[in-house]
Amino acid sequence: MPIITKGNSLSWKRKTPSQQRTQFLVVLSIVVIFLISASYISKQTMWEFVSDAPIQIRDFVSRMFPPDIKYFGRVAPALWDTITISVFGTGIAVVISFALAILAAKNTTPNSAVRMVVLTIIVASRSVNSMIWALLIVQIVGPGLLASIIAIAIRSLGMISKLMYEAIEEINTEPIEAITATGASRAQVFVYGYLPQLMPSFVGTSVYRWENNIRESTIIGIVGGGGIGMLLNSAINRLAWDQVMTILIVIFLTVVVAEWVSAKVRKSIS
Amino acid sequence: MVEIKDLVKRYPSGQEALKSVSLTLEENTVMALIGPSGAGKSTLIRCINRLVEPTSGTILINGTNVCELSKKDLRLRRRKIGMIFQEYALVDRLTVMENVLSGQLGYVGFWASTLRRFPQDVVKQAYSLLERVGLSDFVDNRADQLSGGQRQRVGIARALIQNPDLLLVDEPTASLDPKTSRQVMRLIVELVEERNLQCIINIHDVVLAKQFAQRIVGLQDGKIVFEGKSAELDVSVLNTIYGEEDWNIKKKKKEDEDDEADIFSMGE
Amino acid sequence: MQEVRTTWRKKRKIENPLIRYGILVLVLAYLYLAGTGIEVNADRVSRGLSRVGLLFSGFFQPDFQSRGKYIVEGILESVAMTLASSAFAMILAVPIALGASRNIVPKWVYLICRVFLMLIRSLHVVILGIIFVIMFGYGPLAGVLTLMVNGVGFIGKLLAEDIENIQEEQLEAIRATGASWLKTVVYAVWPQVSTRFIGLSIYRADISFRQSTVIGIVGAGGIGAVLDTAMGRYDYHTAGAILFVIIIMVLVTEYGSSAIRRRIV
Repeated sequence: MPIITKGNSLSWKRKTPSQQRTQFLVVLSIVVIFLISASYISKQTMWEFVSDAPIQIRDFVSRMFPPDIKYFGRVAPALWDTITISVFGTGIAVVISFALAILAAKNTTPNSAVRMVVLTIIVASRSVNSMIWALLIVQIVGPGLLASIIAIAIRSLGMISKLMYEAIEEINTEPIEAITATGASRAQVFVYGYLPQLMPSFVGTSVYRWENNIRESTIIGIVGGGGIGMLLNSAINRLAWDQVMTILIVIFLTVVVAEWVSAKVRKSIS
Repeated sequence: MVEIKDLVKRYPSGQEALKSVSLTLEENTVMALIGPSGAGKSTLIRCINRLVEPTSGTILINGTNVCELSKKDLRLRRRKIGMIFQEYALVDRLTVMENVLSGQLGYVGFWASTLRRFPQDVVKQAYSLLERVGLSDFVDNRADQLSGGQRQRVGIARALIQNPDLLLVDEPTASLDPKTSRQVMRLIVELVEERNLQCIINIHDVVLAKQFAQRIVGLQDGKIVFEGKSAELDVSVLNTIYGEEDWNIKKKKKEDEDDEADIFSMGE
Repeated sequence: MQEVRTTWRKKRKIENPLIRYGILVLVLAYLYLAGTGIEVNADRVSRGLSRVGLLFSGFFQPDFQSRGKYIVEGILESVAMTLASSAFAMILAVPIALGASRNIVPKWVYLICRVFLMLIRSLHVVILGIIFVIMFGYGPLAGVLTLMVNGVGFIGKLLAEDIENIQEEQLEAIRATGASWLKTVVYAVWPQVSTRFIGLSIYRADISFRQSTVIGIVGAGGIGAVLDTAMGRYDYHTAGAILFVIIIMVLVTEYGSSAIRRRIV
């Protein structure tokens, strides 16, 4: 916090002149970038559609209520499918991530070439959105639950592995040393030294991912097939807004429940 | 009996932590290893059970050269070497009982140990050891629920359930308060006597070393500069090991702590 | 002398074996039931596996030329959407986050803001995309709004948590001087969370870009639509090119964002 001399008087300013200049330039460049982007988008937008937006919104909101309760019958099995997608997708990802994490962590990897390869796989799986994976997988196995499960699994691989291998790299090495010193085999060192330290974070990560995957699973049906996503897609295409509302409410409630379950489980671990 | 001959440890960076160390350890003896930080005390201890791989030299434990053992044989030998650590090295999330039982992992098969099915006599031994160290009431507590001194005692029990013939101790009291330190040292010394063990203790507290050990080895910069009975440890020896220092200051501080130990009148 | 015990069993989290095995049985039953619902059309899969070769060839021989114009437009659109939405999201998120922090607003404000954040966060970005496309028509405008709302939810919740975690003493000290609510925020809250806020916003921009590549599938602008069309026409070479570009850009933005965040922390 510098004191600046101006002629005869001292004044205190929060930033030095050069800091002020830098801050101004940064803000200016952000604003400029924003304006450029906004104008680009504006050029692409068909403003005629926007002008009747308020009418559209009023129309469509009024058609949403009351939500179609009878539709629940169709939603329930779709919901079951969605949960299946999230459970199996997360489950497969957890198992494979476990192996990947062990290979990717500095302290447990057999050699650094393997580590590099695994890290690349992890990064690649995280960079691509699950919907894009679904687009790809559907081309291979056809639309349906299987495609969605695989897409969710691939996407989750990267995220779970990263957290897992970071946890492995951060463990306390002293107990590992001690267990090794008793003459225990490598496998025993793993069970007694590594596992107890890693269990809480592994379970926590898996449950957190599952909760997130519920959200992903609800919409992946749009691209991959199966579950509520597909139902939502068809309802929108048929302009059946009251059914759309029902589905949205169900999705919201499911996500809330999943969040609650996940919070409960994670609290009981630590 | 442990015989170390010309032990050298050189790190890839070129740094020599141990420069041709030789010493002998008899049965039923507590040997204290003292010296300034970085002298190589911890390295020496860890070389004996090859947690740190020696660069060259021989380490004979009861006639077998530990340095030449295969990985499998090393594991078998380690079962009989108990180790106690400075920061207790317990698995925090496991219970006291599980930590103690883990000392026997070398004897119990993988599945049995994973399912926590240890043989009856091992469990019996665990219970009696826990009683010996005064922790019978904490059997099912998680290790991280215990105080520092209690955790160290669990570490001692774990080392002893191995029925070792050699006890390696690395700074057992560094993280403990003075009173608990003496309790722990006393416990270790008593157990060594009860079970007729050999024991090397790496310790920085010179007063405790002189009080509880029978032999003292002074290490400085990777070399042994003193070896003898604890009674022989006096100011000039300490100066050799640690460098010039007004050791009287230490004496005054100890008096203030109401400690009857006196550097100049030990061994009586 | 106390009798020495000889047996020991590990204490389980759930002591009652009935409950323990009961849960195990339920879980297995669920997995079986759910698993049978998954149709694996072996025929389709084996045919599909031969497609994998096609897909791979498409990816390794990407075609940037034939639809190049669309690809460039799509990417530019995605980038523009990301930037514009991030700016708005940052601005809007601040008041909402302030309102969702228990330690600086009265309870009723807190509840409203928290519920609001929960509502927007529960909707997946694609659903938001669908909603905005319905309201505002196809195109990047819907995309910007989608990313903006999603961004507000993301930044809002995390920022609120950060605000709730600030040191109480600093808050109390400023309050004790009799400062107005706004001044308290500027002097006690903002200095503590500003760095985190910038970091969060940059992280969010990174996420927004990733999302911008996908919402095009439902018509909200960006490269997603181009990818969807290419796949639909089995034009794997173009699709490969698009994927290639997306992956590179995601890696670049991720690297850039973590580099910047590391420097300001």
